[in-house]
Amino acid sequence: MALLEIKDLTVKFETNDGIVSAVNGVSFNVSEGDTLAIVGESGSGKSQTAFAAIGLLARNGHATGSVKWDGQEILNLPEAKLNRIRADEIAMIFQDPMTSLNPFLKVSDQMEEVLTLHRGMSRREARAECVRMLDAVRIPDAAARITMYPHEFSGGMRQRIMIAMSLLCRPRLIIADEPTTALDVTVQAQIMDLLKDIREEFNTAMILITHDLGIVAGACERTMVMYGGRIMERGTTEEIFASPTHPYTNGLLDAVPRLDRKEDTLPTIPGEPPDMLKGFIGCPFEPRCPLAEERCKTEPPSLERLSETRVRACHRSPEEVA
Amino acid sequence: MILSRKTAKDLETAQIGAEIEGRSLWADARIRFFRNRAAVGGMVILILVGLFAAFGQYIAPWSNEEVDWAVLGNVDTMGRPSIASGHYFGTDELGRDLFARTIQGTQISLMVGLIGALIAVFVGTIYGATAGYYGGRVDNVMMRIVDVLLAIPYMFVLILLLVVFGRSVLMLFVGIGLISWLDMARIARGQTLSIKNKEFVEAAHAIGVRPGTIIRRHIVPNLLGVVIVYATLLVPSMIIYESFISFLGLGVQEPATSWGALISEGAKQMQYGTLWMLLFPLFFFVITLFAFFFVGDGLRDALDPKDR
Amino acid sequence: MLSYITRRLAIAIPTLLILVVFSYLIMYAAPGGPFDMERTLPPEVMANLNAKYGLDQPLIVQMWNYVYNVVVHFDFGPSFMYKDQTVNDIIAQGFPVTLTYGFWSFVVAVVVGMSLGITAAIYHNSWLDYLAVGISIGAQVLPNFVMAPILVLVFTLWLGWLPGGGWQGGQWEYIIMPVIALSTSFMASIARLTRSSMLEVLNANYIRTARAKGLPMRRVIFRHALKPALLPVVSYLGPAFVAMITGSVVVDMYFSTGGIGVFFVNSALNRDYSVIMGITILTGALTILFNLAVDIIYAWIDPKIRY
Repeated sequence: MALLEIKDLTVKFETNDGIVSAVNGVSFNVSEGDTLAIVGESGSGKSQTAFAAIGLLARNGHATGSVKWDGQEILNLPEAKLNRIRADEIAMIFQDPMTSLNPFLKVSDQMEEVLTLHRGMSRREARAECVRMLDAVRIPDAAARITMYPHEFSGGMRQRIMIAMSLLCRPRLIIADEPTTALDVTVQAQIMDLLKDIREEFNTAMILITHDLGIVAGACERTMVMYGGRIMERGTTEEIFASPTHPYTNGLLDAVPRLDRKEDTLPTIPGEPPDMLKGFIGCPFEPRCPLAEERCKTEPPSLERLSETRVRACHRSPEEVA
Repeated sequence: MILSRKTAKDLETAQIGAEIEGRSLWADARIRFFRNRAAVGGMVILILVGLFAAFGQYIAPWSNEEVDWAVLGNVDTMGRPSIASGHYFGTDELGRDLFARTIQGTQISLMVGLIGALIAVFVGTIYGATAGYYGGRVDNVMMRIVDVLLAIPYMFVLILLLVVFGRSVLMLFVGIGLISWLDMARIARGQTLSIKNKEFVEAAHAIGVRPGTIIRRHIVPNLLGVVIVYATLLVPSMIIYESFISFLGLGVQEPATSWGALISEGAKQMQYGTLWMLLFPLFFFVITLFAFFFVGDGLRDALDPKDR
Repeated sequence: MLSYITRRLAIAIPTLLILVVFSYLIMYAAPGGPFDMERTLPPEVMANLNAKYGLDQPLIVQMWNYVYNVVVHFDFGPSFMYKDQTVNDIIAQGFPVTLTYGFWSFVVAVVVGMSLGITAAIYHNSWLDYLAVGISIGAQVLPNFVMAPILVLVFTLWLGWLPGGGWQGGQWEYIIMPVIALSTSFMASIARLTRSSMLEVLNANYIRTARAKGLPMRRVIFRHALKPALLPVVSYLGPAFVAMITGSVVVDMYFSTGGIGVFFVNSALNRDYSVIMGITILTGALTILFNLAVDIIYAWIDPKIRY
């Protein structure tokens, strides 16, 4: 049975300028120990999908559909019930380690409360466990530094703290939302290595949300490409990289810098990410798609199953796209 | 499968369909502002109060100085608001027409508020922009001075000034202007600090534009949004300052009057049951302040870049 | 911490000196002296009076003597108007009154304002929010000189519940109206400030982190959001304090509470230099001390400020 089962998830935001549909009928599963990458530009709805699943949408957001955790429906559950799952079973790592830790509280205070709350530990036990976890994410001199404030750490160190904090309860699923975006390239690699080690050590399932296909390759077994709040394509990471069947995936792959290719400029996907206020009649990628035809404007392509592992949503055949 | 040069070309042309219509910052703000019902209501009230102050004297049958001898002595019965006697708002305890006096008080209070805010905008923006732009030691010294001045209980100094140099509307302006620019300077400085590091300022600097010109041409126009919002919110507080001083009897002098003076007179008379003397000026005072606050909040929401 | 306080004091003392010199200069520049009355005194009497109060000496000497006496002896000199009272007597008489209702006004403004603001932010867009916003918008157009007559009208003239003025050694029924009149508009400002900064903080990333950790809402708000949300409120307390001191003048005038406000206005009207100077310096010093306290509280809340 799948650990996390998302069916037909739709997220809408009420804003002053109208209703924004951030996510439109997204479905996928994550099973025990699985690793799934959700890839897409900003505004593709990848983060909101994850936030909706554990009830962290902004106040003006509203989610419909179904999210099952361990067979139990958890979408739009009251806060008090969700709180039992959060951190304990599903932990999150956020994009910006500079702002995701509370600047007004010591690191020790922020970490310990996870354990005192979910595990009922005393502060002393919690402290010892937090130091152990900081050691595990390779923070030097953790026992002394745990009483420092977040601003006294570097960006990479703060992200390590976030990771350590998310691991405290040995969750079964970690959702990492752009964990390396705000970091330097060298630090990015370290953090990705760390995530990989940790995941293997604790056998945790992971959803990695990113706009950078480059970091997906070594980290995740499966990849899902999203655009305009919809799934464009999903398959094993190998399949997606080796034989993309969607024009958007093509564009994304092109934009990854490669050593085996001599080019003066890196190709980009022309045009802007979609304005989610407007909504779409047809395929959301149609305005920017090099292969678009008439019906792409009017009919949304449905998600078709190519193989056991593979789905795609495009009117053109896989052969035409490749 | 990697996109060829040709498909890349196709992509370039594909973008044309996805063109985004452009709206200027100000047009955008205007639309947001007019969608805000409280702000538009506030603006209508301000216009009405403005018209009342500007043209009210032409429909008032009495002047603000004339004493209605028929009323004097039994103001609480004869001086009631009535259309027949021509005292639409009644009379004050000396038999003077309250309608005319309210018009005059409105003129003075609005003028003090607007001029006080103008001084603040002018002095505060230039001072703050200069401090923020030069930074370093200049900034340090200039802002220390502001800190020092802000720590002084100003109303006391103002009262001192009014007493020593005589009470006059001019002195009121000077005194209120002295207080008002301080906060504006702080706000303008903070904004300047962030604008200063933007690329267009660096570019201007790099091609050798003189600092004075950069401040005038590049920084001040970009401060405008914040300054306008703050100035709108400053007008009511200037009006409150003036009314406060007039309430103490240290502001404008008879026969001239202002809302504060009228409220004070009305408050002194209310135990005799002549409530209209308090309520009419109070009404104008309260709705005008409300209107300014609503318009200010509306402008802030309309111009707030965080929301965009 | 100690060096931080010393540095702040190093700014505070010049501020106070500037205030003293400035007030003194204004006084000196004023046309006419404290003994100019309708009936002109004979010149020799005038000279005697001026000599007695040291007004015949050069400005610098006068100023030096004054500052010296204030700093070393804490002596503000004799009053020109109240013949047998010194400025110290007048302060001793009026200041406790002002301090009493000023303290309660401050407590009411801060406690009620913050509670309103926090409640409104937590229940954003609910009727509680609208109620709190309504109260604070309404209250901000009711400065003390408007509140005072309205309160007297309602509670004294119509309902007859409370006395319309006086102090009576500070019995509670004499304190209520001054406190409400003085605190209402500050309560409103504090409520608005708390609400908007709380709303902003509740949207911060670290609050999302706290929620993702499964913390109950109460803990998220009081442990993670309260401190940062109160920072802007804390920095408003300095200006609010100044404005309250100012407002006490209206309260003293209107409710005849006998605080220093009455003395200030009366001596301003009568050119009683020493009393004006004394009260200005006292309030200035208080303001500066209070701002120092606010700075220390601010630094204590915000770990990013290093002393």
